[in-house]
Amino acid sequence: MRLDVKKTYKLFIGGQFPRSESGRSYEITSPKGVFLANAAQASRKDLRDAVTAARSAFSNWSQATAFNRGQILYRIAEIMEGRRDQFIAEIVACEGVNTKKASEQVDAAIDLWVWYAGWCDKYISVAGSQNPIAGPFYNFTTPEALGVIGAIADQKSSLVGLVQSIAPIITSGNSALIIANEKSPLSAITLSEVLATSDLHAGVVNILTGKVAELAPWMASHMDIDGIDLSGAPRKSATELKTLAADNLKRCHHFTGESLERILAFTESKTVWHPIGV
Amino acid sequence: MTSVLEHTDGTDSGLKRFLATLSGVDKVGVEARAAMLGTRSIKTTSKAWAIDTAISMVDLTTLEGADTPGKVRALCEKAIRPDPTDSTVPSVGAVCVYNDLVKIARTHLDDNNGARIPVAAVTTAFPSGRATMAVKIRDTHDALDAGATEIDMVIDRGAFLAGRYGEVFEEIRAIKAICKDRAHLKVILETGELVTYDNVKKASFLAMMAGADFIKTSTGKVTPAATPPVVLTMLEAVRDYYEMTGIRIGVKAAGGIRTTKDAIKQLVLVNETVGSEWLSPTLFRIGASALLNDLLLQRMKMRTGHYASANYVTVD
Repeated sequence: MRLDVKKTYKLFIGGQFPRSESGRSYEITSPKGVFLANAAQASRKDLRDAVTAARSAFSNWSQATAFNRGQILYRIAEIMEGRRDQFIAEIVACEGVNTKKASEQVDAAIDLWVWYAGWCDKYISVAGSQNPIAGPFYNFTTPEALGVIGAIADQKSSLVGLVQSIAPIITSGNSALIIANEKSPLSAITLSEVLATSDLHAGVVNILTGKVAELAPWMASHMDIDGIDLSGAPRKSATELKTLAADNLKRCHHFTGESLERILAFTESKTVWHPIGV
Repeated sequence: MTSVLEHTDGTDSGLKRFLATLSGVDKVGVEARAAMLGTRSIKTTSKAWAIDTAISMVDLTTLEGADTPGKVRALCEKAIRPDPTDSTVPSVGAVCVYNDLVKIARTHLDDNNGARIPVAAVTTAFPSGRATMAVKIRDTHDALDAGATEIDMVIDRGAFLAGRYGEVFEEIRAIKAICKDRAHLKVILETGELVTYDNVKKASFLAMMAGADFIKTSTGKVTPAATPPVVLTMLEAVRDYYEMTGIRIGVKAAGGIRTTKDAIKQLVLVNETVGSEWLSPTLFRIGASALLNDLLLQRMKMRTGHYASANYVTVD
């Protein structure tokens, strides 16, 4: 007989897996109430540390070539593929769905990475423009990464909702911090392990597990976050979060489904006037 | 214990004999105590007080080969009013620059309501201290003539490590004689090069006996610099010296203190070792450049209630 080797579910900040600075954890149970694991319960200081990590990762990630970012996003898909059994088992345990449903969710999540990997070196060409100008200039506009983006992951599905939040943010070169699904965060931490081994720069994605209601206001009011994706925020708190976000004019968005808009929401347009005919 | 002053005859053998009477520093003990004091939790009103006190203790420093007059003027502006959006932020303790920029700093401070802020100059062939005595004396005269009222001198670590204590002692005495009442003398021990805590303690006593007004950990050019155990060792030396002579010597921690948390840990060390009397810019200073921004960000956080962004403080 062998002793069980239980996994410790921790946070993902700056490419590392710390416990919460507060030392707190909370119980994760299946829908039927069976204990599954203890997850770290992030505090506002963990959130602050995540922002610091995201900020310092931003310059290198946003300056990496679009092609390189695409390669790294594709590699995330590759590595997820290799760990699909683990993802399926965790979804089955957390969401109480059957293996087929869980397997479909893992497929969808992996396909999302591939889809966004493709967008990395294309969204600029598609969304950029060459502008007609009454003067001797060549004038063009391109979207560029905004900075540090916070997101509250969709609370309905544990894995797809998470990838839906992260992938479009980092496609354009932003760095991200994500508050994971509160009830079923196990896939989020397993996804962190995938991210940590995919050549993704440390700090580009930071994942916090814990209470959304506790963390979200600190995220919304943090002056060093440039935009927030509120797709997973409880409807009744949206107004409050947007009010807090107004202090430094954060972009606030809700999304449903995939589209190029999801990438462009957290980019900034740069217009260049290039003299010609001189 | 024998009176300290009997042994300040300045000879190698006399100093050696005295320094040998000092008890050794318990390496494990001092590190454990510094770590233990570092876990103190300072919150709310105490934190607000600590932040303002730390700001008033900062020796705002720029010691780069690339320093320009413009950069020094900008630094002086920041020293006078660290946060332009908040007039309740205190001015810093001093501005610390290289010799040739002292005049620019002094003039700018005087012209902009900063007359009360002293200018500190680093002298005696900072940071290595490798020059002849004549050069070091000239260096110090230059700084004083340009208007420096605080002199940060480095000791000759080579001489100290070779056991030529008398030479180090005489050097500090000579510079002190030049400073007299014109300037405060801070003696930089460069603890990162002294290797052991015993040496730090010996060098601290040597400097204090030779007439230092302040003992300072480091130049900021060598790591490790102002680590908590080193500062604790120096503070204990200062406490012992005060008990022997009744003279209060200041301490300046410089190098490696970058965050508010680091700074508050230093204040805890001061309070717990030499007492609250030292919690004043006249007896404790923190040499730093990046630290000030972090203190300001923490202050903003306390004022506004939400986390601040470095976009709202000046880039050094």
